[in-house]
Amino acid sequence: MEPASAKLIGAGLAAIGAGMAAIGVGNVFGSFLESALRNPGAADGQQGRLFIGFAAAELLGLLSFVVAMILIFVA
Amino acid sequence: MAAEQGKVDPMHQFTIEPLFGTDHWSIAGYSIPFTNSALWMALTTAVLLLFVVGGMKRELVPGRWQMAVEGFTGFIDNLLAANIGPAGKKYVPYIFSLFMFILFANLLGLLPLMLVGVHPFTPTSHFTVTGVLAIMSFAIVLIVGFARHGLHFFSLFVPHGTPWWLLWLIPIIELISFLVRPFSLALRLFVAMMAGHVLLEVLSSFVIDSANSGALWGTVVGLPSFLLMIAICALELLVAGIQAYVFALLTSLYLNDAENLH
Repeated sequence: MEPASAKLIGAGLAAIGAGMAAIGVGNVFGSFLESALRNPGAADGQQGRLFIGFAAAELLGLLSFVVAMILIFVA
Repeated sequence: MAAEQGKVDPMHQFTIEPLFGTDHWSIAGYSIPFTNSALWMALTTAVLLLFVVGGMKRELVPGRWQMAVEGFTGFIDNLLAANIGPAGKKYVPYIFSLFMFILFANLLGLLPLMLVGVHPFTPTSHFTVTGVLAIMSFAIVLIVGFARHGLHFFSLFVPHGTPWWLLWLIPIIELISFLVRPFSLALRLFVAMMAGHVLLEVLSSFVIDSANSGALWGTVVGLPSFLLMIAICALELLVAGIQAYVFALLTSLYLNDAENLH
Protein backbone atom coordinates (compact mmCIF):
# COMPACT_ATOMS: atom_id res chain seq x y z
CA MET A 1 0.00 0.00 0.00
CA GLU A 2 1.19 3.50 -0.71
CA PRO A 3 2.25 5.38 2.46
CA ALA A 4 0.10 8.38 1.53
CA SER A 5 -3.06 6.29 1.19
CA ALA A 6 -2.24 4.37 4.36
CA LYS A 7 -2.03 7.71 6.18
CA LEU A 8 -5.47 8.75 4.97
CA ILE A 9 -6.99 5.37 5.85
CA GLY A 10 -5.44 5.65 9.32
CA ALA A 11 -6.87 9.13 9.72
CA GLY A 12 -10.28 7.81 8.75
CA LEU A 13 -9.97 4.94 11.23
CA ALA A 14 -9.15 7.49 13.93
CA ALA A 15 -12.66 8.88 13.46
CA ILE A 16 -13.96 5.68 15.13
CA GLY A 17 -12.46 7.08 18.32
CA ALA A 18 -14.60 10.21 17.99
CA GLY A 19 -17.71 8.03 17.74
CA MET A 20 -16.63 6.05 20.80
CA ALA A 21 -16.16 9.30 22.72
CA ALA A 22 -19.70 10.25 21.67
CA ILE A 23 -20.94 7.07 23.38
CA GLY A 24 -18.91 7.96 26.47
CA VAL A 25 -20.14 11.55 26.68
CA GLY A 26 -23.71 10.43 26.10
CA ASN A 27 -23.29 7.88 28.86
CA VAL A 28 -22.03 10.52 31.28
CA PHE A 29 -24.91 12.92 30.69
CA GLY A 30 -27.48 10.13 30.36
CA SER A 31 -26.57 8.57 33.70
CA PHE A 32 -26.51 12.00 35.32
CA LEU A 33 -29.97 12.84 34.03
CA GLU A 34 -31.32 9.45 35.05
CA SER A 35 -30.16 9.82 38.62
CA ALA A 36 -30.92 13.54 38.75
CA LEU A 37 -34.57 12.79 38.02
CA ARG A 38 -34.62 10.27 40.86
CA ASN A 39 -33.19 12.75 43.35
CA PRO A 40 -33.44 16.29 41.98
CA GLY A 41 -32.39 17.78 45.30
CA ALA A 42 -28.92 16.28 45.10
CA ALA A 43 -28.44 17.01 41.40
CA ASP A 44 -27.10 20.57 41.65
CA GLY A 45 -24.33 19.58 44.00
CA GLN A 46 -22.99 17.03 41.53
CA GLN A 47 -22.55 19.33 38.56
CA GLY A 48 -18.82 19.68 39.14
CA ARG A 49 -18.39 15.90 39.02
CA LEU A 50 -20.63 15.75 35.95
CA PHE A 51 -18.29 18.03 34.05
CA ILE A 52 -15.18 16.24 35.29
CA GLY A 53 -16.59 13.02 33.87
CA PHE A 54 -17.54 14.81 30.69
CA ALA A 55 -14.05 16.28 30.36
CA ALA A 56 -12.37 12.92 30.89
CA ALA A 57 -14.60 11.14 28.37
CA GLU A 58 -14.27 13.93 25.84
CA LEU A 59 -10.49 14.19 26.06
CA LEU A 60 -10.04 10.63 24.82
CA GLY A 61 -12.19 11.38 21.80
CA LEU A 62 -10.27 14.57 21.11
CA LEU A 63 -7.06 12.55 21.19
CA SER A 64 -8.33 10.57 18.21
CA PHE A 65 -8.85 13.87 16.38
CA VAL A 66 -5.25 14.77 17.21
CA VAL A 67 -4.12 11.40 15.83
CA ALA A 68 -5.99 12.09 12.60
CA MET A 69 -4.51 15.59 12.32
CA ILE A 70 -1.00 14.28 12.95
CA LEU A 71 -1.46 11.60 10.29
CA ILE A 72 -2.68 14.10 7.71
CA PHE A 73 -0.48 17.12 8.38
CA VAL A 74 2.62 15.99 10.27
CA ALA A 75 3.52 12.38 9.54
CA MET B 1 -10.35 30.51 1.69
CA ALA B 2 -8.05 28.96 -0.84
CA ALA B 3 -9.41 29.26 -4.34
CA GLU B 4 -7.41 26.51 -6.02
CA GLN B 5 -9.71 24.17 -7.97
CA GLY B 6 -12.69 25.74 -6.22
CA LYS B 7 -11.81 23.91 -3.01
CA VAL B 8 -12.20 25.33 0.48
CA ASP B 9 -9.16 24.72 2.65
CA PRO B 10 -10.49 24.12 6.18
CA MET B 11 -7.10 24.75 7.78
CA HIS B 12 -6.50 28.14 6.18
CA GLN B 13 -8.47 29.93 8.90
CA PHE B 14 -5.83 28.98 11.47
CA THR B 15 -2.96 30.62 9.60
CA ILE B 16 -1.05 33.07 11.75
CA GLU B 17 -0.04 36.01 9.62
CA PRO B 18 1.96 39.08 10.63
CA LEU B 19 -0.02 42.31 10.45
CA PHE B 20 2.82 44.80 10.86
CA GLY B 21 6.34 45.05 12.22
CA THR B 22 7.66 42.01 10.36
CA ASP B 23 11.09 43.22 9.31
CA HIS B 24 12.66 45.01 12.23
CA TRP B 25 11.09 43.37 15.25
CA SER B 26 13.14 40.42 16.34
CA ILE B 27 14.54 38.96 19.53
CA ALA B 28 17.55 36.61 19.33
CA GLY B 29 16.91 35.90 15.68
CA TYR B 30 13.19 35.18 16.06
CA SER B 31 10.95 37.71 14.40
CA ILE B 32 8.17 38.90 16.68
CA PRO B 33 5.67 40.70 14.45
CA PHE B 34 2.25 41.73 15.68
CA THR B 35 0.17 38.83 14.33
CA ASN B 36 -3.56 38.36 13.90
CA SER B 37 -3.39 36.02 16.90
CA ALA B 38 -1.94 38.83 19.01
CA LEU B 39 -4.54 41.23 17.65
CA TRP B 40 -7.43 38.97 18.66
CA MET B 41 -5.95 38.32 22.09
CA ALA B 42 -5.64 42.08 22.57
CA LEU B 43 -9.23 42.51 21.37
CA THR B 44 -10.38 39.82 23.80
CA THR B 45 -8.61 41.58 26.65
CA ALA B 46 -10.08 44.93 25.63
CA VAL B 47 -13.64 43.59 25.45
CA LEU B 48 -13.15 41.77 28.76
CA LEU B 49 -11.86 44.96 30.41
CA LEU B 50 -14.79 46.92 29.01
CA PHE B 51 -17.23 44.32 30.32
CA VAL B 52 -15.76 44.16 33.81
CA VAL B 53 -15.05 47.89 34.27
CA GLY B 54 -18.57 48.71 33.09
CA GLY B 55 -19.95 46.56 35.90
CA MET B 56 -17.73 47.89 38.69
CA LYS B 57 -19.79 50.93 39.64
CA ARG B 58 -20.46 49.30 43.05
CA GLU B 59 -23.99 50.57 43.29
CA LEU B 60 -26.07 49.36 46.19
CA VAL B 61 -28.88 48.38 43.86
CA PRO B 62 -27.07 46.83 40.89
CA GLY B 63 -28.17 47.55 37.34
CA ARG B 64 -28.26 44.94 34.59
CA TRP B 65 -24.60 45.28 33.65
CA GLN B 66 -23.39 45.07 37.23
CA MET B 67 -25.62 42.03 37.76
CA ALA B 68 -24.03 40.34 34.75
CA VAL B 69 -20.49 40.88 36.03
CA GLU B 70 -21.43 39.94 39.59
CA GLY B 71 -23.12 36.83 38.25
CA PHE B 72 -19.85 35.70 36.71
CA THR B 73 -17.72 36.53 39.76
CA GLY B 74 -20.26 34.85 42.02
CA PHE B 75 -20.20 31.80 39.78
CA ILE B 76 -16.41 31.50 40.03
CA ASP B 77 -16.59 32.22 43.75
CA ASN B 78 -19.03 29.33 44.25
CA LEU B 79 -16.92 27.05 42.06
CA LEU B 80 -13.83 27.65 44.17
CA ALA B 81 -15.71 27.49 47.48
CA ALA B 82 -17.18 24.13 46.48
CA ASN B 83 -13.92 22.63 45.20
CA ILE B 84 -11.23 24.11 47.47
CA GLY B 85 -13.11 25.45 50.46
CA PRO B 86 -12.33 28.67 52.33
CA ALA B 87 -8.72 28.61 51.10
CA GLY B 88 -9.99 29.01 47.54
CA LYS B 89 -10.98 32.64 48.04
CA LYS B 90 -7.54 33.96 47.03
CA TYR B 91 -7.65 32.23 43.65
CA VAL B 92 -10.85 33.97 42.53
CA PRO B 93 -9.02 36.71 40.54
CA TYR B 94 -6.87 34.19 38.64
CA ILE B 95 -9.64 31.69 37.86
CA PHE B 96 -12.01 34.53 36.96
CA SER B 97 -9.49 36.03 34.52
CA LEU B 98 -8.75 32.61 33.06
CA PHE B 99 -12.41 31.69 32.63
CA MET B 100 -13.45 35.02 31.16
CA PHE B 101 -10.46 35.24 28.83
CA ILE B 102 -11.10 31.78 27.40
CA LEU B 103 -14.84 32.38 27.18
CA PHE B 104 -14.47 35.74 25.42
CA ALA B 105 -11.75 34.44 23.08
CA ASN B 106 -13.94 31.47 22.13
CA LEU B 107 -17.01 33.63 21.57
CA LEU B 108 -15.23 36.41 19.67
CA GLY B 109 -13.77 33.82 17.30
CA LEU B 110 -17.30 32.63 16.50
CA LEU B 111 -18.62 36.05 15.49
CA PRO B 112 -19.76 36.15 11.83
CA LEU B 113 -17.47 39.09 11.08
CA MET B 114 -16.69 37.73 7.61
CA LEU B 115 -19.92 39.48 6.55
CA VAL B 116 -18.14 42.83 6.97
CA GLY B 117 -14.87 41.53 5.55
CA VAL B 118 -12.97 40.92 8.79
CA HIS B 119 -11.57 37.43 9.28
CA PRO B 120 -12.25 36.37 12.87
CA PHE B 121 -9.50 34.42 14.58
CA THR B 122 -9.73 32.23 17.67
CA PRO B 123 -6.53 32.39 19.74
CA THR B 124 -7.72 29.42 21.80
CA SER B 125 -7.64 27.19 18.71
CA HIS B 126 -3.84 27.24 18.89
CA PHE B 127 -1.88 24.86 21.07
CA THR B 128 0.70 27.54 21.87
CA VAL B 129 -1.89 29.82 23.46
CA THR B 130 -3.76 27.13 25.39
CA GLY B 131 -0.42 25.56 26.31
CA VAL B 132 0.77 28.76 27.96
CA LEU B 133 -2.54 29.05 29.86
CA ALA B 134 -2.19 25.45 31.04
CA ILE B 135 1.46 25.92 32.04
CA MET B 136 0.44 28.98 34.05
CA SER B 137 -2.13 26.93 35.97
CA PHE B 138 0.33 24.08 36.45
CA ALA B 139 3.05 26.46 37.67
CA ILE B 140 0.69 27.96 40.23
CA VAL B 141 -0.18 24.46 41.45
CA LEU B 142 3.52 23.59 41.83
CA ILE B 143 4.45 26.89 43.52
CA VAL B 144 1.52 26.80 45.95
CA GLY B 145 2.03 23.11 46.67
CA PHE B 146 5.72 23.38 47.46
CA ALA B 147 5.31 26.68 49.33
CA ARG B 148 2.55 25.35 51.58
CA HIS B 149 3.69 21.78 52.15
CA GLY B 150 7.39 21.75 51.25
CA LEU B 151 8.63 18.28 50.37
CA HIS B 152 5.50 16.86 51.99
CA PHE B 153 3.81 17.82 48.70
CA PHE B 154 5.19 14.57 47.26
CA SER B 155 2.71 12.65 49.42
CA LEU B 156 0.28 13.60 46.64
CA PHE B 157 1.69 10.63 44.77
CA VAL B 158 0.80 8.17 47.53
CA PRO B 159 -2.97 8.25 48.09
CA HIS B 160 -4.39 7.25 51.48
CA GLY B 161 -4.87 3.55 51.95
CA THR B 162 -2.35 2.40 49.38
CA PRO B 163 -1.44 -1.21 50.24
CA TRP B 164 2.29 -1.61 51.00
CA TRP B 165 2.83 -4.15 48.22
CA LEU B 166 1.67 -1.58 45.63
CA LEU B 167 4.01 1.17 46.83
CA TRP B 168 6.34 0.58 43.91
CA LEU B 169 3.61 1.07 41.28
CA ILE B 170 1.07 3.63 42.55
CA PRO B 171 3.50 6.59 42.84
CA ILE B 172 4.65 6.07 39.25
CA ILE B 173 1.07 6.05 37.94
CA GLU B 174 0.19 9.07 40.07
CA LEU B 175 3.30 10.89 38.86
CA ILE B 176 2.42 10.26 35.21
CA SER B 177 -1.19 11.34 35.73
CA PHE B 178 0.13 14.48 37.48
CA LEU B 179 2.60 15.34 34.73
CA VAL B 180 0.06 14.79 31.98
CA ARG B 181 -2.31 17.38 33.48
CA PRO B 182 -1.07 20.55 31.74
CA PHE B 183 -0.93 18.65 28.46
CA SER B 184 -4.50 17.37 28.72
CA LEU B 185 -5.73 20.76 29.93
CA ALA B 186 -4.24 22.55 26.92
CA LEU B 187 -5.10 19.83 24.42
CA ARG B 188 -8.77 19.69 25.38
CA LEU B 189 -9.42 23.39 24.82
CA PHE B 190 -7.32 23.59 21.66
CA VAL B 191 -8.82 20.54 19.95
CA ALA B 192 -12.39 21.36 20.95
CA MET B 193 -12.16 24.83 19.44
CA MET B 194 -10.22 23.73 16.38
CA ALA B 195 -12.52 20.79 15.59
CA GLY B 196 -15.59 23.00 15.74
CA HIS B 197 -14.10 25.55 13.36
CA VAL B 198 -12.92 22.87 10.93
CA LEU B 199 -16.38 21.31 10.99
CA LEU B 200 -18.05 24.63 10.17
CA GLU B 201 -15.58 25.25 7.37
CA VAL B 202 -16.10 21.80 5.86
CA LEU B 203 -19.89 22.24 5.96
CA SER B 204 -19.55 25.66 4.36
CA SER B 205 -17.51 24.08 1.56
CA PHE B 206 -20.40 21.62 1.02
CA VAL B 207 -22.81 24.55 0.71
CA ILE B 208 -20.58 26.54 -1.65
CA ASP B 209 -19.59 23.66 -3.92
CA SER B 210 -23.10 22.18 -4.18
CA ALA B 211 -24.63 25.58 -4.90
CA ASN B 212 -22.05 26.14 -7.63
CA SER B 213 -22.93 22.86 -9.33
CA GLY B 214 -26.58 23.69 -9.96
CA ALA B 215 -29.97 24.10 -8.33
CA LEU B 216 -30.57 20.36 -7.90
CA TRP B 217 -27.45 19.67 -5.83
CA GLY B 218 -27.93 23.00 -4.12
CA THR B 219 -31.26 21.89 -2.67
CA VAL B 220 -30.35 18.23 -2.07
CA VAL B 221 -26.94 18.80 -0.44
CA GLY B 222 -26.50 22.52 0.12
CA LEU B 223 -29.69 23.31 2.00
CA PRO B 224 -29.42 20.50 4.58
CA SER B 225 -25.75 21.36 5.09
CA PHE B 226 -26.68 24.98 5.64
CA LEU B 227 -29.33 24.07 8.22
CA LEU B 228 -26.83 21.77 9.91
CA MET B 229 -24.33 24.64 9.97
CA ILE B 230 -26.79 26.82 11.86
CA ALA B 231 -27.37 24.03 14.37
CA ILE B 232 -23.63 23.42 14.74
CA CYS B 233 -23.15 27.16 15.35
CA ALA B 234 -25.52 26.89 18.30
CA LEU B 235 -23.61 23.83 19.50
CA GLU B 236 -20.35 25.74 19.18
CA LEU B 237 -21.71 28.50 21.45
CA LEU B 238 -22.44 25.78 24.01
CA VAL B 239 -18.98 24.23 23.55
CA ALA B 240 -17.32 27.64 23.96
CA GLY B 241 -18.97 28.01 27.37
CA ILE B 242 -18.42 24.40 28.46
CA GLN B 243 -14.74 24.38 27.53
CA ALA B 244 -14.09 27.62 29.43
CA TYR B 245 -15.95 26.14 32.42
CA VAL B 246 -14.07 22.84 32.22
CA PHE B 247 -10.72 24.65 32.08
CA ALA B 248 -11.61 26.69 35.17
CA LEU B 249 -13.06 23.65 36.94
CA LEU B 250 -10.02 21.43 36.35
CA THR B 251 -7.64 24.23 37.34
CA SER B 252 -9.54 24.64 40.60
CA LEU B 253 -9.39 20.87 41.20
CA TYR B 254 -5.62 20.87 40.69
CA LEU B 255 -5.33 23.86 43.02
CA ASN B 256 -7.32 21.87 45.56
CA ASP B 257 -4.63 19.15 45.38
CA ALA B 258 -1.99 21.79 46.01
CA GLU B 259 -3.88 23.41 48.91
CA ASN B 260 -5.21 20.37 50.73
CA LEU B 261 -3.24 17.42 49.29
CA HIS B 262 -5.55 14.40 49.28
